[in-house]
Amino acid sequence: MAKVDLNNMEGVYFDVLREIGNIGAGNATTALAQMLNTKVDMHVPKVDLLEFSEVGEAMGGEEQIMAGIYLIVEGDISGSIMFLLEKSSAKALVAKLMGTTSENPDGEFDEMELSALKEIGNIITGSYLSSLSTLTNLNIHPTPPDICIDMCGAILSVPAIEFGAISDKMLLIATEFTDDIKLEGYFILVPDLESYDKILTSLGM
Amino acid sequence: MSEMIKVGMADLKLCKAPDAITTLGLGSCVGIAIRDPITKIGGLAHIMLPDSGNFENHNSIPKFADTGTKELVRIIVAAGGNRSRLVAKIAGGAQMFAFQSKNEMTAVGQRNVDAVKKVLAELKIPILASDTGLNFGRTVEFYPETGDYVIKAVGKGVKTI
Repeated sequence: MAKVDLNNMEGVYFDVLREIGNIGAGNATTALAQMLNTKVDMHVPKVDLLEFSEVGEAMGGEEQIMAGIYLIVEGDISGSIMFLLEKSSAKALVAKLMGTTSENPDGEFDEMELSALKEIGNIITGSYLSSLSTLTNLNIHPTPPDICIDMCGAILSVPAIEFGAISDKMLLIATEFTDDIKLEGYFILVPDLESYDKILTSLGM
Repeated sequence: MSEMIKVGMADLKLCKAPDAITTLGLGSCVGIAIRDPITKIGGLAHIMLPDSGNFENHNSIPKFADTGTKELVRIIVAAGGNRSRLVAKIAGGAQMFAFQSKNEMTAVGQRNVDAVKKVLAELKIPILASDTGLNFGRTVEFYPETGDYVIKAVGKGVKTI
């Protein structure tokens, strides 16, 4: 019998998942600061278990244009991880990384910018996963990332469908990074049910 | 006054003319619009997964192509739609991320479209028009008054099927 039923999550398991979210987001912030060579502050992330219908709303509406960077996770656990960033934040972040000024904050991303954004997503999710790996002593490898810039609801359908197989809810970790620009980022971690059990067992739960 | 009714992910609702019904940001999910052209009673389902049979926990009827489509037909008929006159239009089922992977979930957009077509064929409800697949999200609006299914995509303008 699986320990975790996302529809009836007991307080203590939820607290553990939230704590993993906190630590992961903290590491991701450090990675971001190193990449940008600047100080980045992070607010305490907000971790919520939301109904599918609520998730789009929680991220500013289903039609909000966002960049989603998505990786499949393999190793001792399996699942996927997604990092989402509002489009203008993504533009600003890429401009900062590439040392350019974003002339057209509402414009399309060119190949170079997309590639840079993919790499940012890779580093952020990678640092998140490596903190999870260290914490649990489990072997966790991400596959190369893929990126999609579209309506938030459409991007979210991908992890929602994966959650959909096991639950009617999904785990959303909202993080706000601040340096001279404010970035609101979201992590969505989708381990399969067996992997939740492995994570909790490895933490002595 | 006509209203715009909103349907969320894994949700379905009834809609009678002159009201219209919408769902925002369909990705790999499929939006199934069904109406009776005479009584102008219709509805919209936003399904996420092809088949309720593969999963143990499936208390959510609107989540699946098979159960969601049947439930939508049931509520339309219960509201006065004529079962034998029903017609459908479908949109969505995109593959949002390009990479191929061992994870069978990534091809779920196409599998959703196939499952919806299969269940509509079983129910003998003709599909008058569809806009499915490819790699972008869609917002849809359905007007039971005219049967227009308006599809909006980022950077691709608006089209009516």
